Amino acid sequence: MPSLTLLGQALVSGLLAGGIYGLLALGLSLSWGLLRLVNLAHFALALLGAYLTYQLGTAYHLSPWLAAAAIVPLFFLLGLGLHAVFTYFRVTEFTSLLVTFGLTVILESLIQWFWTADYRRYETPYATASARVGPLFIPALELLACLTAAVLSLATWAWLRFTYVGKALRASAEDPAMAAAFGVNHRVQGFLLSGVSATYAGIAGAFIALISTLAPSQIWAWVGVVFAVVIIGGLANPVGALLAGLLIGVSESVTMAVVTPAWAPLVAFSVLILILVARPERV
Amino acid sequence: MSPAGRRVAAALAAAGIGLGALAAAGLPAFYESFLYLIFSWIALATSWAIFSGYAGYFSFGHGAFFGAGMYTTATLTTALDVPFLPTLLAAGGLAALLGAGVGAVVFRVKRLRGELFALLTLAVTFVLATIVLNTRIDGGPGVYLSAVPMPGLLASPTGTLYLLGLGLALATVGAAYAVAHSRLGLGLFAIHDDEDVAEVEGVPTFRYKLAAFALSAGIAGVAGGIHAMYVSYVTVGETFSITVPLYVVLMSVLGGARHWLGPAVGATLIGASLFAFTGGQQAILGRAVVALALILVILLLPEGVVPAALRRWRAWRPAAREAPASATPALVSDRQPGREAAALECHDVWKAFGGIQALRGVSLQVAPGEIVGLVGPNGSGKTTLINVASGHYAADRGRIALGAVTLAGRPAHAIAGLGVSRTYQIPRPFAHFTALENVALAATFGAARCSPPQARAEARRWLEFTGLGRRATALPHELNLHERKFLELARALAGRPRVILLDEVLSGLNPAEVAGAIRLIRQIHAGGVAILFVEHLMRAVLELAHRVVVLNEGEVIAEGRPHEAMRAPRVVEVYLGRTHVA
Repeated sequence: MPSLTLLGQALVSGLLAGGIYGLLALGLSLSWGLLRLVNLAHFALALLGAYLTYQLGTAYHLSPWLAAAAIVPLFFLLGLGLHAVFTYFRVTEFTSLLVTFGLTVILESLIQWFWTADYRRYETPYATASARVGPLFIPALELLACLTAAVLSLATWAWLRFTYVGKALRASAEDPAMAAAFGVNHRVQGFLLSGVSATYAGIAGAFIALISTLAPSQIWAWVGVVFAVVIIGGLANPVGALLAGLLIGVSESVTMAVVTPAWAPLVAFSVLILILVARPERV
Repeated sequence: MSPAGRRVAAALAAAGIGLGALAAAGLPAFYESFLYLIFSWIALATSWAIFSGYAGYFSFGHGAFFGAGMYTTATLTTALDVPFLPTLLAAGGLAALLGAGVGAVVFRVKRLRGELFALLTLAVTFVLATIVLNTRIDGGPGVYLSAVPMPGLLASPTGTLYLLGLGLALATVGAAYAVAHSRLGLGLFAIHDDEDVAEVEGVPTFRYKLAAFALSAGIAGVAGGIHAMYVSYVTVGETFSITVPLYVVLMSVLGGARHWLGPAVGATLIGASLFAFTGGQQAILGRAVVALALILVILLLPEGVVPAALRRWRAWRPAAREAPASATPALVSDRQPGREAAALECHDVWKAFGGIQALRGVSLQVAPGEIVGLVGPNGSGKTTLINVASGHYAADRGRIALGAVTLAGRPAHAIAGLGVSRTYQIPRPFAHFTALENVALAATFGAARCSPPQARAEARRWLEFTGLGRRATALPHELNLHERKFLELARALAGRPRVILLDEVLSGLNPAEVAGAIRLIRQIHAGGVAILFVEHLMRAVLELAHRVVVLNEGEVIAEGRPHEAMRAPRVVEVYLGRTHVA
């Protein structure tokens, strides 16, 4: 049995890692729940954001904050472009899976082409900064990532709940024809949401570049975990996505501490299977 | 076997003998390996389509089953010294079991089934990779098979692999043909178009999906077992990559995933062009090109090459239409012997959706040979009652029975098999089935349990009966509302029900069409079928019903002979409001 300090540390790093999962799940949950598009390419976009941050930082010595500032509008435009393709070809919920699967492979290949399959590590002075609370270390960057995730998910929740655009989006997801009859312009809002969702992927990517080691194949490692988070959190539920991310993050890191790090990738999947078996009607 | 089936079997056998003789005559080893790879892709793509193409459940997990087969053969041959060929059976069996396991979990979910299935199968690939990597199955460095003796089917090892690949590819294409032309295939195609309706028409959807997915995964497992011997060095990174699912999906979709030969054509096209991209940076580029091709094909040619070509061919040279049926209208009055009429009985049935109580203890009976009208304002629970009685929803509590047999708790397909049919208020025909095929499906799977040729004859009869005889080869989107409503009716009748539940068959029809429909319902009744019909059109209710049950807010508020029940004070109040004049 590991010591209490070790467990406490596992809890902290789990919560912080869970924030990133929540941030990744947020954009996905929005586009699946509100636009009925399952965007597998979300992960590839996040990794692209990470590599761009890395490239801007190492080759052009641009500070990561400036890189993030450049990524936000760029990814918003990418999201718009993607949505333009989806609407032009009238992509349905189901074909979106196939199309974005292909897109993911293309983006993975591009990343591998430019940056090779080798591991990349972006060294910044912030990487080692950390706070100390009693016996526990709290790495500053991961704390910032987790806080950003929390702020974004709460802001998104408020956006959907209290603004006209948010209400219109939810109405369109429920019944597009009826929402249109009440004057909701679903097209414009679809583009907006798609842009926001891609922006979230870019922001998550910037943090991933700062926190972890990069490799193109990481895309696929996220797929299982983050989709589990999306399903557990509930579609189009920003706060649910964050909480589910934290839950999975903690479960993973406790598994790492108590069992062995090698089995951590199975945790999210097992939780998802348990939910599907025990309460299939919840999905 | 049908004549077409015999022709396909003969063609496959000829291909086998021809290509087999080619290897026996001594093909250069390079061509043997090249063709082996094509055969392997044909087997993989075709096996994928047997479930995912036919039933429309896209699996990204073919790499997992392929990999499970590879590691089964690798482990058995190296660690346990089992001879190569028997391990293929184990490889297929294990992969089939894995597929059935995944299916058993995800097929129970009602909403988002397709998307969840796709994501879960994708995740399974990486979960399996983690397990293999962290256990003694692989342990990290990979497994060498170079010391495993190759069975000497042909002099050279590549020749033997070539023959195994050829055999598996032909067997898989044969299996795809057989499934497509069986009850199983018919059920899978119906699931693809509308799974809920398929279940209500009597298709055991859960069992069928599980069986087809296990078969699909099992073939991938066998292909993996053979491939382990081909690569002779099995590693987690190469085995559980995204390449297999990507290529398999593209090949099937490109060729036409709903056609038994489509995936084989797609696999040959892509497999041959993949040869241009081998090694290093080129392989990365090749993968990107294939992914781009996948996107383009899905957006521009969603049905696939083979079906598109067949459509052009048929348009250019129209096939001889089936001979029209005799002009004399069929009689319905031939009561089937040995099948006693039975009463439908609902007793104290409750159903809630979240906080909305749709049914509050509804009790009603439909006696044998009776026509009961179910009326009430919108939202009073009429359609819910039909959905509960047909098994689409499970009742929260209460008893529903057909004669002595309890229906509540049974799956919808079993209820259809016992002799309860229904129609949908908004017609829900299977979109890719012709009118005839739509009706034949119900005859195959409903209480009638016809063999496929019998079912077509039955279907023709019911189309004639409902006046759709001339529209037999039309697809549902070519029919107008009136015709689609009557197609619903023909489909419900073809199941040979003892009780038929009609959900607003008359709504949206013009007066002449209504008169025709009323005549039809009388004729159906004369055939000995009990009828429960939901209707807003009072004229039809008063004209047809022996008895009327009035629902309001989930409760029965009146019951009796039509004119009397409709005059009951509570009914008048519900329909016209309360009079405030004392």
